[in-house]
Amino acid sequence: MTFDFAASHFDLFEQPARFAIDARALDARYRALQAQYHPDRYASAGDAEKRLALQIATRVNEAYQILKSPLARGRYLLTLAGVDTQEETNTAMPMDFLMGQMEWREQIAEARASGNVERLEALNTELRGEIGDLEAELGDLLDADRLAEAAVAVRKLRFLEKLDQEIGDAIEAALF
Amino acid sequence: MALLQISEPGLSAAPHQHRLAVGIDLGTTNSLVATVRSGSAACLPDEAGRALLPSVVHYAADGAVTVGYPAQARQNQDPANTVVSVKRFMGRGLHDVADAATPYRFVDEPGMLKLVTAAGVKSPVAVSADILRTLKTRAEQSLGGELVGAVITVPAYFDDAQRQATKDAAALAGLNVLRLLNEPTAAAIAYGLDNAAEGVYVVYDLGGGTFDVSVLELSRGVFEVRATSGDSRLGGDDFDHRLYCWMLEQADLRNLGARDTRLLLTRAREAKETLSEHDVTQITAKLSDGTVIDLELTAETFQQITAHLVQKTIVPLRRALRDARLTPEQVKGVVMVGGATRMPHVRRAVAELFGRPPLTNLDPDKVVALGAAMQADVLAGNKGDDDWLLLDVIPLSLGLETMGGLVEKIIPRNSTIPTARAQEFTTFKDGQSAMAIHVLQGERELVSDCRSLARFELRGIPPMVAGAARIRVTFQVDADGLLSVSATEQSTGVAASVAVKPSYGLSDDEIARMLSESMTHAGDDLLARKLAEARVEAESLVDATSAALDSDGDLLDHAERAAVDAQVAAVRTAMAGDDADRIRQQAEALNQATQVFAARRMDRAVSRGLTGHKIEEL
Repeated sequence: MTFDFAASHFDLFEQPARFAIDARALDARYRALQAQYHPDRYASAGDAEKRLALQIATRVNEAYQILKSPLARGRYLLTLAGVDTQEETNTAMPMDFLMGQMEWREQIAEARASGNVERLEALNTELRGEIGDLEAELGDLLDADRLAEAAVAVRKLRFLEKLDQEIGDAIEAALF
Repeated sequence: MALLQISEPGLSAAPHQHRLAVGIDLGTTNSLVATVRSGSAACLPDEAGRALLPSVVHYAADGAVTVGYPAQARQNQDPANTVVSVKRFMGRGLHDVADAATPYRFVDEPGMLKLVTAAGVKSPVAVSADILRTLKTRAEQSLGGELVGAVITVPAYFDDAQRQATKDAAALAGLNVLRLLNEPTAAAIAYGLDNAAEGVYVVYDLGGGTFDVSVLELSRGVFEVRATSGDSRLGGDDFDHRLYCWMLEQADLRNLGARDTRLLLTRAREAKETLSEHDVTQITAKLSDGTVIDLELTAETFQQITAHLVQKTIVPLRRALRDARLTPEQVKGVVMVGGATRMPHVRRAVAELFGRPPLTNLDPDKVVALGAAMQADVLAGNKGDDDWLLLDVIPLSLGLETMGGLVEKIIPRNSTIPTARAQEFTTFKDGQSAMAIHVLQGERELVSDCRSLARFELRGIPPMVAGAARIRVTFQVDADGLLSVSATEQSTGVAASVAVKPSYGLSDDEIARMLSESMTHAGDDLLARKLAEARVEAESLVDATSAALDSDGDLLDHAERAAVDAQVAAVRTAMAGDDADRIRQQAEALNQATQVFAARRMDRAVSRGLTGHKIEEL
């Protein structure tokens, strides 16, 4: 069992290090890697081999999750380029974005308070549309090497993902 | 004519030898063992030709242990020493089962309760090991050799403590565990391979005591779990119990003894089974005081009084679909697993949600064991290149306690395993030398609503200014779905690390000690630590006693209460001193002094469980 833990996620998945990704090739490579390294393949092996298989399969899962998600992939590309996305520290966002955030929150809170699942589902669809647009923008910025702006887009997406999570929780709370 | 294989002198044919491996379905009500022989999986029957082994263990006063049908035959006569549905107690504490109607006497232990039987105090792990040992013997006799290993199935929704308990039970029974496999995933393997299924399938698994739902994507040679959900405290047993409560109401009975309770629960199970085939059934029983019960029960009534239980399975079903981002229309088929899915109204509810009848063309009792046997065959290395790949997930999020009693999720539910996540922590104050870490499992926001897996303290952090220490805590979930936590102190360049398996077997103190031993330098003051530990233990005992006195103090008369209070005071006095042994002695004395009290509280909890639960369930 040989495995290069220092290789980038893109190298591991034999993909060029850019935002646009071949989803089908990604899935195929994922399955090939797991078929080779999954701990089930080493269930009857020695402890050292078992441990190594566990570490490799863990790394493969981590890399796959990162490459599959547009936000995580964008963040990872920025990290590779040495750009800190400052998601925990930098909270200075454009005014219009913050206003939009407040509007979203009000609408979610209203729908949640009235237990209106249909409204929540509609908001979710709308939000996912907005997330999709922003992800496309992030891709364009990264491909154009406008990294500082890309970092802003990552921070914005982080906000939107939180909203998505909140809507999901509200739907669960209303349904169950 | 077949050609004879002749191996070269000195070379054995061993590499091609079939390695004996089995799949075991360790069920709440019944257990099975299966294996793959000449390419096809089959359950191994006992000498009387029965595949099912009732998950029932009887403990006699002379220490004799009986498992299966003979044990089941004794449960009406000797319910207190006949352990049924032990799976419900795996990895569970007393507070988890306080509302369950059982004839047992429990003792609480850190992390997991134990049962008091005529043959001594038994942990659920030991009882499960007795069942597993019986299956192991059956397999070895029937296959004529020693087993290389076994795949043991667990409910997909089992949390870490329940999984760890199951693995320990297997080890205790002398089994080499090749893998813990989720029950719905095992069923999907058996179903998928038999039917060359492709596409998205839902497995609806309602067993004796647990409910699981898994959404899987099947494509050539890959079984990928997209999402799983469930309820580890819902199963066929609950239908029996609801029916039992109905019988009490109808016959105007109350305060039944353990033997009568067991008898009526048995009659309830029989009636439930009859109603899967018939529209009406007669329930008759003669109680120990001579009272005769004779009730008619229609399928319609049974379905009405248990409709809320069926509804309880729909919630996790919807959640799993939501997590997989799928609608019911996108599902190609729903596979029904578990004996309880024989109930027609369960099948109807599933059909309604998906707009098509579920798949019931396989034996719901055997499919999990068969799938486990197929996986065991692969893991033992008997298959060639045509084997399959299984990608499973963790059912519940893992997190850490943060400020204000909130949980921060570190690994979200439905993450594909194996998986790992690291989190870095730092110190809050100058010179801070210790840090508390509390690992939790569950979806809720508050610590108090999640299951506590481990609580440990990192000690011996070198003195530094606040924020300078860097402690990296790594969560690793392996292919069995089991968590281990390791902590590394990185700031001094001398990294120390230790792996900690949160488990009921290790008390929090033991975990703390393991960690602190790796963090602190040699030559530490052992006595000081021993004293600190003794104080912590005594403190928690005193706290538990006060809490019990607050809630159930009325169970003691004045003299009894005074004796307990005096011993509490004695423990406190000892705690103020520096003698660790003295603290332990006094704590032990308090333990002794509260035994009668504990037994009475248990009786009260059981009778509450028997009588107090009906109104909510109506």
